[in-house]
Amino acid sequence: MNSPKPKRQIPGTTVFDGDIARRGYALNKMCYSFNERDNREEFLRDEDAYCAKFGLNAQQRAAIGHRNVLELLEAGGNAYYLAKFGGIFGLDMQDIGAQQTGVTKEEFKAKLLAAGR
Amino acid sequence: MAQIIGSITTSHVPAIGGAIAKQLQADPYWRPFFDGFPPIRDWLAKAKPDVAVVVYNDHGLNFFLDKQPTFAIGAAPEYRNTDEGWGIPVVPSFAGDLDLSWHLINSLIADEFDLVTCQEMSVDHAFTVPMALLWPDQIWPVRTVPVCVNTVQFPLPTAKRCYKLGQSIGRAIESFDRDSRVLIIGTGGLSHQLEGRRAGFINKQFDLQFMDSLINNPTWATQFSDLDLVEQAGTQGVELLNWLVARACLTGRVTLKHSNFHIPISNTAAATMLIENRNENT
Repeated sequence: MNSPKPKRQIPGTTVFDGDIARRGYALNKMCYSFNERDNREEFLRDEDAYCAKFGLNAQQRAAIGHRNVLELLEAGGNAYYLAKFGGIFGLDMQDIGAQQTGVTKEEFKAKLLAAGR
Repeated sequence: MAQIIGSITTSHVPAIGGAIAKQLQADPYWRPFFDGFPPIRDWLAKAKPDVAVVVYNDHGLNFFLDKQPTFAIGAAPEYRNTDEGWGIPVVPSFAGDLDLSWHLINSLIADEFDLVTCQEMSVDHAFTVPMALLWPDQIWPVRTVPVCVNTVQFPLPTAKRCYKLGQSIGRAIESFDRDSRVLIIGTGGLSHQLEGRRAGFINKQFDLQFMDSLINNPTWATQFSDLDLVEQAGTQGVELLNWLVARACLTGRVTLKHSNFHIPISNTAAATMLIENRNENT
């Protein structure tokens, strides 16, 4: 086998390609289930059991436990599915953006405003 | 015969749906975006479309990664949305247009676009938010045909392929043997990135160039690969592919009737364009 061609890197960016889709399948499948209210409630009642039901690996389980978006991405999560997980806790996209970039929500919003100037 | 009256392209940020539900249209944060719509509604009132072909991307409501089509088309009598996991307000259901759906399926597949066909299909905020922006009373005056483009899992269809899909849809609509006034809606974008350390990335210059290209050089964006688009417009800015499909449907003489651009709405450069289409015989 030839070694795989190095992937193009875009700084600060994870491109959800086949490798990540494979790695993250169980995690994304669990997050997809949060489209249904009953499933969101089941998750909140017993998080361990719910994660086990979808077969999350240790890295995914830990990232869910930490509510940490960068860890969830590293574990193969897709932004659109993770948004359904964030929704359970009432997080909006500025909360999620601030968490990932290590700034306060107000600072993150200021940065967005600055992009318009 | 059916005729394409124009395209309306707009951002579809879910928070817009929340702002509509809370009636925040005149709020200082939201106003610069919502102010882009009255001229478009005036045009719609005169143009009177009776069917809308809506080019959008599903964000994990109808499709999961178990089956991720590159292009899919609805052929359902009715389309509904749900709360999508974070309580987005649910809007009234949308009537389908089975005759046009099947005409498009037959034409597009004959034209070598092998779409997934869906006789049942949920539609998410990328479909419902633009509809609610165009018709705020949410009494939809049009039947609808959803056309769904994969912008979730890479590789995405190339910009070039998306452009050709639009051209094929345009030709198919114009060969549809029913008097119909067809509006094309393209949703999403423009530049934004939700995830990673570059979250919050916006590229005003690229967006403005893209919008200008839709009038003056519509194939401009077809030079970019999916990763080029990520780099320039952000991981979610790739939704501009839906705009490109919509623009390519217009086969006649086009005129920009209205446009609006505002940063930010949520994490997004929010944009809207109305392009009128006139063919020789209209």
